[in-house]
Amino acid sequence: MREKILYGAGLIAGLYLVRNLYQILLVLPDEVDQGAIYRILLFHVPAWITCFSAYFLAGAASVMYLIKKDMRYDTFSVASVEVGLAFTLIGLATGSIWARIIWGIWWTWDARLTWALITCIIYAGYLMLRHAVDDPTARAKNSAVLCIFSYASVIITYKSIDWWRTQHPGAVLSIRTGGGRMDPAMESILFQNAIALLLLAGVMVAVRMRQEDTQREVESLRRYAHAAV
Amino acid sequence: MRYLRQTLTIAAKDLRSEIRTKESLNAAISFAIVILVLFSFAVDPSSEQIKEMSGGLLWLVFAFAGALILNRSFAREQNNDCLDALVSSPIPGSALFLGKALANFVLLTVVEFVSMPIFGILYNMDWMRQPLWLAAVLLLATWGITVIGTMFSALTVNLRMRELMLPTLIYPMMIPALMAAMRLTTLLINGEGIPADDWIWVKLIVGFDIIFTSLAVTLVEIVLVG
Repeated sequence: MREKILYGAGLIAGLYLVRNLYQILLVLPDEVDQGAIYRILLFHVPAWITCFSAYFLAGAASVMYLIKKDMRYDTFSVASVEVGLAFTLIGLATGSIWARIIWGIWWTWDARLTWALITCIIYAGYLMLRHAVDDPTARAKNSAVLCIFSYASVIITYKSIDWWRTQHPGAVLSIRTGGGRMDPAMESILFQNAIALLLLAGVMVAVRMRQEDTQREVESLRRYAHAAV
Repeated sequence: MRYLRQTLTIAAKDLRSEIRTKESLNAAISFAIVILVLFSFAVDPSSEQIKEMSGGLLWLVFAFAGALILNRSFAREQNNDCLDALVSSPIPGSALFLGKALANFVLLTVVEFVSMPIFGILYNMDWMRQPLWLAAVLLLATWGITVIGTMFSALTVNLRMRELMLPTLIYPMMIPALMAAMRLTTLLINGEGIPADDWIWVKLIVGFDIIFTSLAVTLVEIVLVG
C-alpha cells in the first residue's frame, strides 16, 4: 500500500512536470531582454529551492538524531542530502548553461557561484565521511555533527547575493523583493515547477530511505550470521 | 575559573608533549618551507605579481601546514587508549576541546611567525609595514582554522583514511576565513591599511570565529562521548 502511494506521488509529480513543460515551452512568450533562454530559470530556481529545502531538512533531522538517537533521523538525513546533492548539480548545470548564453562563459568566480560550488563539495564530503565509518552508531553521530556544520555554507550561498556585489543576478522572486522584478505569469509557473520538483524529491527521499533501511537490515543480519558461526 | 584551569591544563599538556617530541612542529615548519620554495617555480618570484598574491600564497602554506598539526591533535591520543582516559577524566568535553584548540592555535601561530620572515627573504618582500594589523588578522584567522580543524580532528580520529579525510573536509569549511585572511593579508603586506570597503572581510573572520567556536563547543561533547 505504502509503495503504491509512493509511486502514485511520483507519477503525479512527473505528470505535473510535463504539464509545466508544456506551459513553459508553448504558452509562455519569450522574455524581452533574454529571449528564449530565460526559460531555464524556471528550472534553475526551483532546483535550488528543492536542494536548499533538502539540506535544511537534513540539518533538522541531524539535530533531531543527536537529541533522540533514533536511527530513522539518520536515514532521513542521508537520503535527503543525496537527493539535495543531485538537485545541486542540476542547479549548477542549468546555471552554467544560462551563463554560457547570456555572459558568454560557462563559469565565473563570483561569490554566488563559488559558494554554490563549495556547498556542493561540502555535502559530497558528508557522503564521503559516511563511507569511511563502519560502525553505524558512530557513523550516524559523526555525520549528524558534520551535517549541522555544513548547513552554514547553505546560508552563505543563499545570502551571498545580498552580502557581495555578484555577477549572478540578485533576488527576483516577489517574496524577497516585494514584486516588480518578474512577470507574475512566469513567477507562477516557477513556483508550480518548484512544487513539482519538491514532490519528486520527496518521493526520491522516501525511496532512498527504504534502501537505507534494507541495507541496515542486511548489515545486521550479516553481523548476526558472523556471530552465529 | 575551574573550567579555565582545566582548559589550560589540557593545552599545557599538549604543548609540553609537542615541545618534548617536536614531531608535528618540525614536520609542519619544514613542510611550510618546502611549499614556499615550490611556489617560486609556479610564479616568477621577482615580479610584481607576487605582491598581488602574497596573501593567498601565505594562507595556502598555513592551511597545508596546519593540516599536519591538526591531524596529530587527536590521533596522538589513540596510543594506549589515551583518548578514552581523557574523555573519562573529570573535565567537560568542551574544556578538552578548547584546550586542544588552544594548543593547536599556539603551534600554528609559531609556524606562521617562522614562515613570515622566510617568505620575506625568499620573495624580497618588506612584510612588516602594518605589523599590528597583520598580527591581528593572523591571530583571528588562525583561531578560525584551528577551531574547525580541531573539531574535525575529533570527528575523524577513528576513521579509515583519516589523513585523507581531514583535509578534504576542513578546507571547504575553512574557506570563509581563508578567503578573508588572504584578501586582508595581501592588503596589509603591501602596506595599505584596510579600506572601508574591505571591512566586511574583518567582520567575516570575526563572525566565522564566533559562530564556529560556539557550534564546536556545543557539539564536541557529543562527538567525544556519544
